[in-house]
Amino acid sequence: MSAGDPGDRLARAFARARAEGRPALLPFFPVCWPERDATQEIVRAAVEGGADAIEFGFPFSDPLADGVTNQRAYEEAIANGATLERLFAASADLRAQDVRVPFLIMGYFNPLLAYGAGRFVRDAAEAGIDGLIVVDLPPEEAAEFQALARAAGLHVVYLLAPTSTDERIARVARAASGFIYCVSVAGVTGLRAELPPALPELIGRVRARTDVPLVVGFGISAARHVREVGRIADGAAVGSAFVEVIREAPRERRAERVREFVRGIAGRDPAAPGAD
Amino acid sequence: MSAPREALPDADGRFGGFGGRYIPETLMPAIAELESAYRSAAADASFQRELDDLLANYAGRPTPLTLAQNLSEQLGPRIYLKREDLLHTGAHKINAVLAQALLARGMGKRRIVAETGAGQHGVATATACALLGMECVVYMGAEDVRRQSLNVFRMKLLGADVRPVHSGSRTLKDAINEAIRDWVTNVATTHYLIGSVVGPHPYPEMVRDYQSVIGREARAQLLELEGRLPTAAVACVGGGSNAIGLFHAFRDDPVRLIGVEAAGEGLDGRHAATLSRGAPGVLHGARSYVLQDPQGQILEAHSISAGLDYPGVGPEHAWLKLAERAEYVSVTDSEALGGFELLCQGEGIIPALEPAHAVAYLPTLAEELGPEDIVLLNLSGRGDKDMGTVAEALGVTL
Ligand SMILES: Cc1ncc(COP(=O)(O)O)c(C=O)c1O
Repeated sequence: MSAGDPGDRLARAFARARAEGRPALLPFFPVCWPERDATQEIVRAAVEGGADAIEFGFPFSDPLADGVTNQRAYEEAIANGATLERLFAASADLRAQDVRVPFLIMGYFNPLLAYGAGRFVRDAAEAGIDGLIVVDLPPEEAAEFQALARAAGLHVVYLLAPTSTDERIARVARAASGFIYCVSVAGVTGLRAELPPALPELIGRVRARTDVPLVVGFGISAARHVREVGRIADGAAVGSAFVEVIREAPRERRAERVREFVRGIAGRDPAAPGAD
Repeated sequence: MSAPREALPDADGRFGGFGGRYIPETLMPAIAELESAYRSAAADASFQRELDDLLANYAGRPTPLTLAQNLSEQLGPRIYLKREDLLHTGAHKINAVLAQALLARGMGKRRIVAETGAGQHGVATATACALLGMECVVYMGAEDVRRQSLNVFRMKLLGADVRPVHSGSRTLKDAINEAIRDWVTNVATTHYLIGSVVGPHPYPEMVRDYQSVIGREARAQLLELEGRLPTAAVACVGGGSNAIGLFHAFRDDPVRLIGVEAAGEGLDGRHAATLSRGAPGVLHGARSYVLQDPQGQILEAHSISAGLDYPGVGPEHAWLKLAERAEYVSVTDSEALGGFELLCQGEGIIPALEPAHAVAYLPTLAEELGPEDIVLLNLSGRGDKDMGTVAEALGVTL
């Protein structure tokens, strides 16, 4: 498999969601959290609930694009001993259990650099990872990393924001692979009551310049948000709201709560808990 | 010792392999806007006139160059102090603050956010905002709020909203994270007024340019007084702005450039000696040296001086080190206290704990030098803010 190949897991996930007339759902949570070995159980439950892809948050000590919910979870994950080796082991293990949804790693650049960029992309591809979202690596700084990732068959997903000019949108569109992550607001990750009114304007400007799938993230917290996103974009990333559900769930009921939350927010079954 | 061949940074904000713009997409347009505002201001005579007027008549430039008589006699070489401690607000930080505040006003941004460690940059920023009628929010690690309570009070008197930061190590790096989060959220109305030669391009270049008045003045003053250049120029290094500010004018001269980092409890314990003991990495928007663990997580720094307590350093210093154009040494907390007392009792000058690190390196440096040598030291700030810390370290209750 290689990036852009129609047979790749990401392309298939978007195609299936589109065929079912709904946005793809991409839950996000930090690996090795709330306990070091919690990753596999949470992924399996999310997939059973209907997740179309998984974003593994790789924790960083200085997450300057994240709000308090993710900051706290990242701090705890680091204290639990989160490492890229453990992330890759969990990913490989899930693939061995026949979990087939696309996996992405979302994080900051320094831990990847410390691991070694070349070694990182090779080990990530081998562990069954499909794409990488590096929030502090704009295309201006990404040339070398992107070449390595592409050669390993990995998508490098770039972000766009409401502040992005049309020139920047065109630049990201040229470099885009897998999907484009559209940040819903100028701000950090975190729960929000409403989607920003300017979101359709951003999506419209991006859509006019590319056919790559568009995923909206930052602040998506309710089934209502996912439905709204579905009208204008191809996918919804659900981070802080998902992280809160994991945090609040009692250990022994976590899988069940995760399943219910994903099922509810995906909005396929309006009667499910979490749907509003 | 070879002089740099070309002007750095390059168009991408690179000093060799260091620098760059490792920031979220949301901020990229703001960075581009800032760079263009900075470049047009540099070519704008009326901006320069207004800045020069503020530096002279508000901040107190040029600052004196003082021959440290007693220290020179005691140590050997002739030691000159560049008296940034005599500036309004008590440290060199005001140089770059006034310039950035004027830039922000020119960009139509009336809200300023800043980080502060020792509180000196926060005080300077609050001062400029009061002067220019701008809203001012200062993020400060909760640990630094405790250590530098006097400066917190000063900032509040000046009308700033001081917000303690409780995340991470509760010091300068966490204050920078929080300032960036605020900036990302309010970027349309807000300028992030960075206090050192750190952060994404163009900050390291821009803050260097605004601080390089220190070295330009000192170089001319020394030539006037002594008719020759110093053997060495010495400054403490936190983020690196007062050091770059001193070094820049001497970059093509046969002058040793020496940066003094904080060795805290010692290089094998907790410290802030990023260039001496760190490794290349990306923090706060730039590639430079950082203190990090093998997983690439940033480590907590430690120094008795809040202004040096930072696990990163400006990318130009990383390049100067790799190019072997500058030397970087380190001084422990207790050595810095020795430097502090040396200047208090030897010269009647109470320095800030940050430049006390540079002073503390003088005896070591003097061993390599003789009476014919001249040493130029950047006395980047005065010590009033540190009375509590020094008293505590000396076991005195105030
Ligand atoms: C007096 C003084 N000197 C030095 C520093 C360190 O900063 P830099 O290395 O950017 O000069 C500070 C920082 O707060 C300071 O207040």
